[in-house]
Amino acid sequence: MREVSLALLPAAVGLWWWFGWGVLTNIILAAAFALASEALILRLRKRPLGPALGDGSALLTALLLALAMPPMSPWWLLLIGCGFAIIFGKQLFGGLGYNPFNPAMVGYVVLLISFPLEMSSWLSARGMAELQLGLGDTLAQVFGTAAPLLDSISGATPLDTLKTELGLGRPLGEITTSGAPFGQLGGLGWEVVAGLYLLGGLWLIWRRIISWQVPVGMLATLALLATVFHAIDPERYAGALFHLFSGAAMLGAFFIATDPVSGASSPRGRLIFGIGAGFLVFVIRTWGGYPDGVAFAVLLMNMTAPTIDYYTQPRVFGHNGK
Amino acid sequence: MSRPLSTFPGGLHLPDHKAISTTRPVQPLPLPQRLVLPLQQHIGEPAQPLVAVGERVLKGQTIALAEGFVSAPLHAPSSGTVVAIEERAVPHPSGLSAPCIVIETDGREEWRERKPVSDFRALEPSALRNIVREAGIVGLGGAGFPAFIKLNPGARTYVDTLILNGAECEPYISCDDMLMRERASEVVSGARIMRHALQARECLIGIEDNKPEALAAIRTALAQGNSEGIEVVAVPTRYPTGGEKQLIKVLTGKEVRSGGLPLDIGVVCHNVATAASIHHAVILDEPLISRIVTVTGEAVANPCNLEVPLGAPMQALLEAAGGTNTGVGGDAGAAVMGGPMMGITLASLELPVIKTSNCLLIGKQETATAPERPCIRCGSCVDVCPMRLLPQQLYWYARAKDFDKAQDYNLFDCIECGCCAYVCPSQLPLVHYYRFAKTNIWAQEREKQAADKARQRHEFRQAREAAEKAERAALLARKKAALAASKKQEKGDKADEADKNSDDAKKAAIKAAMERAKAKKAAAGVNARNTEDLTPAQQAQIDEAEARRAAAQEQAQEQKQAQSVPAKGGDNSKAAAQDE
Repeated sequence: MREVSLALLPAAVGLWWWFGWGVLTNIILAAAFALASEALILRLRKRPLGPALGDGSALLTALLLALAMPPMSPWWLLLIGCGFAIIFGKQLFGGLGYNPFNPAMVGYVVLLISFPLEMSSWLSARGMAELQLGLGDTLAQVFGTAAPLLDSISGATPLDTLKTELGLGRPLGEITTSGAPFGQLGGLGWEVVAGLYLLGGLWLIWRRIISWQVPVGMLATLALLATVFHAIDPERYAGALFHLFSGAAMLGAFFIATDPVSGASSPRGRLIFGIGAGFLVFVIRTWGGYPDGVAFAVLLMNMTAPTIDYYTQPRVFGHNGK
Repeated sequence: MSRPLSTFPGGLHLPDHKAISTTRPVQPLPLPQRLVLPLQQHIGEPAQPLVAVGERVLKGQTIALAEGFVSAPLHAPSSGTVVAIEERAVPHPSGLSAPCIVIETDGREEWRERKPVSDFRALEPSALRNIVREAGIVGLGGAGFPAFIKLNPGARTYVDTLILNGAECEPYISCDDMLMRERASEVVSGARIMRHALQARECLIGIEDNKPEALAAIRTALAQGNSEGIEVVAVPTRYPTGGEKQLIKVLTGKEVRSGGLPLDIGVVCHNVATAASIHHAVILDEPLISRIVTVTGEAVANPCNLEVPLGAPMQALLEAAGGTNTGVGGDAGAAVMGGPMMGITLASLELPVIKTSNCLLIGKQETATAPERPCIRCGSCVDVCPMRLLPQQLYWYARAKDFDKAQDYNLFDCIECGCCAYVCPSQLPLVHYYRFAKTNIWAQEREKQAADKARQRHEFRQAREAAEKAERAALLARKKAALAASKKQEKGDKADEADKNSDDAKKAAIKAAMERAKAKKAAAGVNARNTEDLTPAQQAQIDEAEARRAAAQEQAQEQKQAQSVPAKGGDNSKAAAQDE
């Protein structure tokens, strides 16, 4: 658990570099609220606080949520998100090991649907925005003590822009080369962060903390579908690299869909899980109502995990053709 | 000799920690004063004592007989006196006691008469099996199954391959390694004897490749005699290659069917120490009375291998290995009989060495188990299970006591190797859960069998009672019928008699009355005229008159009958109408 949190740090640093102190406030507030919610519920359940808080799972959920949400989110947004994730996404099912859904994604989706405005207020990357906020100003924004500056510092994400512009009928080639927020691969700043997620994820695979089936299944399926559709109509469908390096594809593939508790448990099952998640991400991104579909894709696949497990049991030694 | 080897799924590469106990040659343990010999040191029925308290026994003398087919006899490991036959604590996970024979040694090591055999090939396989049985030899790899049973192929089974298990895959244990290094000739001799008993086509001796000295020693010993059909195979070091099913898969590529025996696929597997003891039994006529035990662990001062008489207290072994070195690093942890993966914790060091004790392991205190945390479904256990089970699912169902589902997930295919527990990041004692589930299922099975038996007996009893009741009723009915019949007859006879009597009485009364009347008339002087002494003519007249009267009477009766018939007929027809 601790190593997974460690693997997220390079990307967190990247986000700080490209998008300012908002990431830090996100992380700290999320961690505080998550641990507090967990402590509250454990008290109500009359369980010892030490082992549960110390296993690092609440911290990891908070970290994932903090990185998935727009930087510099208002404190109450983080409170609701983390509270929901820990209480409803995890503790009410029985705590660690018993939750059928990924807690961070539960929190994220609740926020996305309840507070669409705040959840789509993404900051512009460094070099794009008119002003970069210092720590003090960031804190003021987060706690609402200063006048909201969002309009002057926020901007749409690459995926969001893509969806809007494609909807307006502009061809893809024109959109992606029109400058900010698009970078080389995915989006300015975002592609670097995605690359850092990728590095962190590869390290986790090397350390045998996660297995390769979910990330490979998810990214390969996403890339394959993107390639196919891009080949069919290059002006309407983005290519594989764009999809892989934008949005939460890398974060989802290595850190979210690999959550062992809510995912499939057999190797073949994990591959199917990853493939299904990749497929759903592409579908939601291309034809769905949201610019990025990782959260929904993961939650939908969480629902199918028990069935996948049932049908992908390995053949037991000494049994023929079972 | 490059035999293509197969592989089994899962397994772990464990640090083997064997070098610490293989630096010295095998030393004999100084003879302890007391030897405690449990009557059950094998799978099957416990042996039955043959000696009595106070009796003097010789070394190698049979002190307990095998009970039933799956059983093994017991022999005195040294000469001495039997001081007790009573319940003592024995090495078992439950910590319970069992009957033991206690011998006080006299230090003379006096053997019973031994009759060595020069050429075992002259013996029939069944004779060889008998010798093995009488010598009390059981599987010395740890299971303790009576060896003679696994030397019997049965009338219709052809044994293709005899496998000798020299893998010794569990960390720390090195007794088989040292046996092969120092007594390779005995192992090879045992292999030849077993091959003869089984009439096996070939014999493979599987040794893990982290034992180069043992491999070399066995190869040398093999080369010194006829090595045709016997091959030494170095297998990759991986836990649990020493598991019977896993070794068979690696060497032959075949999988033993779940719930079946290796004999089903023509394979028989024995431990190398079992082979050596078979050599002792057949060639030297020495029963199983001692074995090599590894004394090792981070808390042991001088880890080594010892030749130990059965029944010696573990404390004596520890002392011979220099005792514990609880200096730097913390106190000594619990003593374990066996290895770190599959061993059992010993409640005390006074427990005796038994036939299946391969190692005494004492580690440092900090290697004790960490607290159990929730299962996070990481699936590491699935990756390492050599039987390709889903330990995670077995854990959840065993915990929920859903034993039917646990069996659906093939709980009984688990070989309890401990790989899953080793890798679990939440430190779950998985093997304990599976043992719990298995023992519960066995208990349920026994209860069900007992209940079935009880039900059968109850039903039979009910049937028997019903039958008895019916029989009695029938008897009663017959008796009643007979009684009724006899009674009726009696009644009839009686009635007839009564009638007859009354008739006679009446007639007599009439006669008496007539006489009285006659007498009265005579007395009165009135004689009836012409009632006696009738003339024939007068008599004729009287007869005619009588005849006339009789005829008239008859006619009158006939008329009466004719009148009554129509009424009768009417009755009949009425009755007939009622029937309809």
